[in-house]
Amino acid sequence: MMTLLHNDFVLEMIRLVLYAVGLIAFAAFNAAYLSLLERKIPSWFQLRYGPKEVGWWGLLQPVADGIKLLTKQLLVQRGADVVLFKLAPAMVVIPAIMCLATIPFSETLVPRNINLGLLVIFSFSAIHVIGTMLGGWASYNKYASIAAARVVAQNIAYEIPLLLILVSLVMITHSFNLHTIVDQQAGGFWRWNVLRLSASPLMPVAFIIYFICMLAESNRAPFDMVEAESELIAGAFTEYSGMGFGLFFIAEYANIVVGCALGTILFLGGWHCPFGLLPGLHWFLIKMYFLCFTVIWVRWSFPRTQFYGLLNLSWKVLIPIALANLMITAIMLKLF
Amino acid sequence: MSIEAKSIHRETFVINLGPQHPATHGVLRIKLTMDGEYIDDAEPIIGYGHRMQEKMGENRTYAKFLPNTARMDYVAALFNSQGYVGAVERLAGITVPERAEYIRVITAELNRVASHLLWAGAFLIDLGGFTPLLYTFDDREQILDLLESVTGARLTFCYYRFGGVCNDIDDEFVAGTRQFISRLRSRMPMYHALITKNIIFRKRCEGIGPITADVCRRYGGTGPVLRGAGVAYDVRKAEPYSVYPQFDFNVPVYPEGDCMARYRVRMDEIVESLRIIEQALDKLPAGPVMAEKVPRFLKPPKGECTFTVESARGSFGVRAISDGTDKAYRMKLRSPCFSNLSLFQECSRGMLLADALALLGSLDLVIPDIDR
Repeated sequence: MMTLLHNDFVLEMIRLVLYAVGLIAFAAFNAAYLSLLERKIPSWFQLRYGPKEVGWWGLLQPVADGIKLLTKQLLVQRGADVVLFKLAPAMVVIPAIMCLATIPFSETLVPRNINLGLLVIFSFSAIHVIGTMLGGWASYNKYASIAAARVVAQNIAYEIPLLLILVSLVMITHSFNLHTIVDQQAGGFWRWNVLRLSASPLMPVAFIIYFICMLAESNRAPFDMVEAESELIAGAFTEYSGMGFGLFFIAEYANIVVGCALGTILFLGGWHCPFGLLPGLHWFLIKMYFLCFTVIWVRWSFPRTQFYGLLNLSWKVLIPIALANLMITAIMLKLF
Repeated sequence: MSIEAKSIHRETFVINLGPQHPATHGVLRIKLTMDGEYIDDAEPIIGYGHRMQEKMGENRTYAKFLPNTARMDYVAALFNSQGYVGAVERLAGITVPERAEYIRVITAELNRVASHLLWAGAFLIDLGGFTPLLYTFDDREQILDLLESVTGARLTFCYYRFGGVCNDIDDEFVAGTRQFISRLRSRMPMYHALITKNIIFRKRCEGIGPITADVCRRYGGTGPVLRGAGVAYDVRKAEPYSVYPQFDFNVPVYPEGDCMARYRVRMDEIVESLRIIEQALDKLPAGPVMAEKVPRFLKPPKGECTFTVESARGSFGVRAISDGTDKAYRMKLRSPCFSNLSLFQECSRGMLLADALALLGSLDLVIPDIDR
């Protein structure tokens, strides 16, 4: 037995399983409790209590919701493409959880420290678009089809400024490795990438663009064209019931967590303390959940944009600024 | 190789918006012929909530039909009662005591404020912003509490009677109303900061869904829809009824004709209504609230009359024809929502779905008022 534990391969396998289980649990836990916060936080804005009956402070509400979703029948409507219809939720939720695999939560807690971590995240996060589109398309529902068409246009429009920002960031940090990127930001908030004005004076703007694109990529309000409940009922998810809908729900929150975690890593110094004290997992979580809070805050403060307004924002505002940022970064790198 | 416009395959599809759809606020069905996200044709299909109110008005005695009027435009129920009661009083030649008219104006204007507040919240929900609804509901709740204390109901008021009102208002109501006026006045800047100045809200409203005065004239659009198109037509000014000539108030007019203009008209009307209520409370005369000698079984003499009031949604008209019996021979109810909906088909042509829903929301439709 002891010899078995000393076998590197076995240890690696144990590590793999632990991380896989841990990440899925982390994603599911976040989906459950962010959905509770999604109901609690706006209740503070909106002069009401939010869930408070199930468990103390409504803490068991996500459990009740989960049980409800699990016991509902999975309906597939006549005319729908059954295979794609059932595959779509998985195609949305799996990449979202996969993205978490390269996130360095702290100095030592990194599921997979890959040199091209940033690229891995962006490859996987592009897949969920296809999942949502297929779900809408396979539903055989006109509202869902409109939403499917919207999600493609929206995600293409917002992936471009997002990637332009990241290219300029990679130019500054000289690395795709998330662990290295965080390490460079040690020593206090003035060394975070968001304030790295010596590299590019547009860095704070770049962070804002990243945040907007992240909202749009995870289809959150005010860019929730895919769901748009007052126009398209539930958009691409109209025909989904039970856990099929639940998986889309988990994916939405997993995407928010990935987006906020990445924002923390790329711009806000990851696990480093703003004042150079006690670095660790807690700082990472504080920053990440603050960004999550902001996502929820924005959702309940703004009405939904128009679809063409959304595209205009990307093509006419964000992409030019992101390009300018790229140019300035390149010039600054060349000069200094 | 050139691409000819003809060779591009163009296909439209039909979407049923409703009868159950979050944006229709009731059982309204709109058959949309869509070209992608653009609307080719929007045909409203109404009647899901048809209850034959007009026929009921002809089959019941005048007094028995009175509670029905509150079930048409239930968001601003007092205006329907006001129109109906006014028409019957005109038919029967009943003079209403001045105090009763004042109370009618106070309660009706409170109802207008409540209706506009509800609309502002619901309109924001149509645009995807949920939060303002709960703030406007908070204010509307105060009005409903006030109205409940005098009418006994919170939504389907049956407060006006032929010849007056059924309950006198007390000092508590007057004090509460004054308190509410100052409360809402202090909250109006908050609404403007939260909603009017919101950049996304403005982008979704300015220039969206233009309705011209000509369209209003052809379809009979009235109320904030007409005033948002630049026509200063308000029944309270144009054909004054009740004691409205005694009050000093403005008719807000915005010439743009877009959703923003209609929004601004309604927000300004809230302020004007508060002014009217305040003046009415100041001038409130003493005296009875019911006319004397109103017969228990009303049999108006042969004749016909029309009575129009400015409801929260436009002009609500009642045309009653009496044949001398205790039931009306003809009871025509002109609903403002019906006319306002009918212009939707023409105005929404070529619009994007999301913008058309903003236009639909800005018309402030109450579906049971359309179907009657």
